[in-house]
Amino acid sequence: MAKWFETHLPKIVLAPSFIAVLIFVYGFIGWTAWVSLTRSKLMPRYEIDGFIQYDRLFASPRWDTAMNNLYIFGGMFIVISLVLGLILAILLDQQIRVEGAIRTIYLYPMALSMIVTGTAWKWILNPGLGVQAMVQGWGFENFKFDWLVNPDMAIYTVVMAAIWQSSGFVMALFLAGLRSVDTEIIRAAQIDGIPTWRVYTAIIIPSMAPIFLSAFIVLAHLAIKSFDLVIALTGGGPGYATDLPATYMYAMAFSRGDVGQAASSAMIMMMVIFIIVVPYLYSELRAKK
Amino acid sequence: MKYTAKAAISALALTVAGVAHAEPQAEVLHWWTAGGEAKAVAVLQEEFSENGGTWTDMPVAGGGGDAAMTALRARVLSGNAPTAVQLKGPAIQEWYEEGVLADISSVAEAEGWADVLPAQIAEHMKCEGSWCAAPVNVHRVDWIWANKSVLDANGIEMPTTWDEFNAAAEKLKAAGVIPLAHGGQSWQDATVFETVVLGLGGPEFFQKALVDLDQDALTSDTMVKVFDEMRILRGYVDDNFSGRDWNLATAMVMNGEAAFQIMGDWAKGEFLAAGKVPGEDFLCAATPGEGYLYNVDSFAMFDVDGDDKKAGQELLAKLIVGPNFQKVFNLNKGSIPVRTDVSLDEFDDCAVKSSEDMKASAENGSLLPSYAHGMALRGAQSGAITDVVTAHFNSDMSSEDAVKMLADAVANSM
Repeated sequence: MAKWFETHLPKIVLAPSFIAVLIFVYGFIGWTAWVSLTRSKLMPRYEIDGFIQYDRLFASPRWDTAMNNLYIFGGMFIVISLVLGLILAILLDQQIRVEGAIRTIYLYPMALSMIVTGTAWKWILNPGLGVQAMVQGWGFENFKFDWLVNPDMAIYTVVMAAIWQSSGFVMALFLAGLRSVDTEIIRAAQIDGIPTWRVYTAIIIPSMAPIFLSAFIVLAHLAIKSFDLVIALTGGGPGYATDLPATYMYAMAFSRGDVGQAASSAMIMMMVIFIIVVPYLYSELRAKK
Repeated sequence: MKYTAKAAISALALTVAGVAHAEPQAEVLHWWTAGGEAKAVAVLQEEFSENGGTWTDMPVAGGGGDAAMTALRARVLSGNAPTAVQLKGPAIQEWYEEGVLADISSVAEAEGWADVLPAQIAEHMKCEGSWCAAPVNVHRVDWIWANKSVLDANGIEMPTTWDEFNAAAEKLKAAGVIPLAHGGQSWQDATVFETVVLGLGGPEFFQKALVDLDQDALTSDTMVKVFDEMRILRGYVDDNFSGRDWNLATAMVMNGEAAFQIMGDWAKGEFLAAGKVPGEDFLCAATPGEGYLYNVDSFAMFDVDGDDKKAGQELLAKLIVGPNFQKVFNLNKGSIPVRTDVSLDEFDDCAVKSSEDMKASAENGSLLPSYAHGMALRGAQSGAITDVVTAHFNSDMSSEDAVKMLADAVANSM
């Protein structure tokens, strides 16, 4: 009996969370997929009616805007955060004084919730209150910085706020990576008289490839699911110029009583995540073998 | 011994059931949680307890009712619906189609609702002929508010056509006043849009385009003109309007920064709360054109089990439409009674005008439901229209493109 218990204990301990994940993650993904194939309006209905919701979704100009914004936002947010985080990490890695304090300062935005970040940036970028009003107050009457209220530029304000929030975190990841590179190799390179920038581009950065990948995955899923930042910063506006798939889904499910449409947009969002995560999982699993 | 215990328990159960039966119960889901609205609900609550009922309050604030609707969905799915829910317009019919609304025709007939409510509004309260909801108030949406001293200083009269409005706005702009106080939120864009549709197209066109969703009306030249006017109006709004709340726009009119605001009569509450007097400090008038756009709040009655709850539902319905509540509630909320037989002695001039216009337009058929406030269309359709209106207003899209997009969006939302 004791022996049986010993061999099965791990399974017994894991079973509740396994069942919970099975129901609350995969079960509800299945449920959403089902509802996305129905004509559900206010309440979920279960008669399958083909791909009507997906047809409607792809015909909707607002969804187009949301997906375009996701590409702009996701692309710029991930790339700039990575680059900025790397530069900050390299600069911090130069054995400078008060490194601890500076590191903390850069990391602090991550401690704020996106709602706080969004609200603060909303005031900073508001043409009548923030930067524009301040510079005009200094006497530069023609200074204009109205991205927040300009439908063509508003999405870039979301990018700015998101980068401000996350680049410190990426910096911390890279800093840990830089510290883990074998110092023997770097010394050997220095003895051979190789310039510092070559040491970084040819030795240190390539050896941090796994860190790039983790940072990328973290940033990518932050980008796809981002919701609170847009709500706090622009409310999806002006018009629906800064809508993202997540805010589109929320509007359909909770404001418009169009549950089928919301479910189909949720499925598309999940597929986008799959496209990014599956190759990553694949490479990870293959590397283990 | 066992036997007597059983008897005692069942006797006890009987008395409990008896007590519960004597007392009308109502659980009321609403999102009137702030200021005048909360006061207005407290009036109903008081009256309900005075009549021997037990009121279970279920206020769910947030998101202009979105949060409350989410709570309602959860309650209905679990088979435990509240007695009455603050719902309005086609949403009542949507819930009726889910098969969860109750029939309160007995109360409606006993109280003679059909004789005191305008027919167009009464129609919203019926589900396939039987009454299923009780109306609370009427908000007029097509109001234009103005700062009297700003108009006087610039020698401007309250405009009666959109051309007059445009001329007045040009004059104000030249004088350095913001002509139109507006907040760049999609529902505010939609509010302005529907008043322009009514003003330029007339009541019949409004009915065809925004209630019947007639494709010919949606793609007509009149609709192109409506979008042209929206583009002109965009020029009368200050640069900083994005995301501004409606009450801040009202404040701009109040302190003379802006001259006009197009907004429902909840804006009046802001003026009155600031101690302004209608006719002296601020002016109210219908937006240019004829017709009346109403936004009626109501309570839909859900199917509930138990005689105590049913009794509560009937008492609640009776009190809501009763003349006393109609008067006290609407004085608090700034709207007008939905009953046409309530004395308006204590109401302000704007409310009296609203009530007179309502009666007149009910007779000539120009009493119309507001699309922007969810009275005319279901969520998916009105949302699709609002998307186009707000996309046009916030970009340099041409009117022809907007009309085409509007027709496509409406077709896609069905």
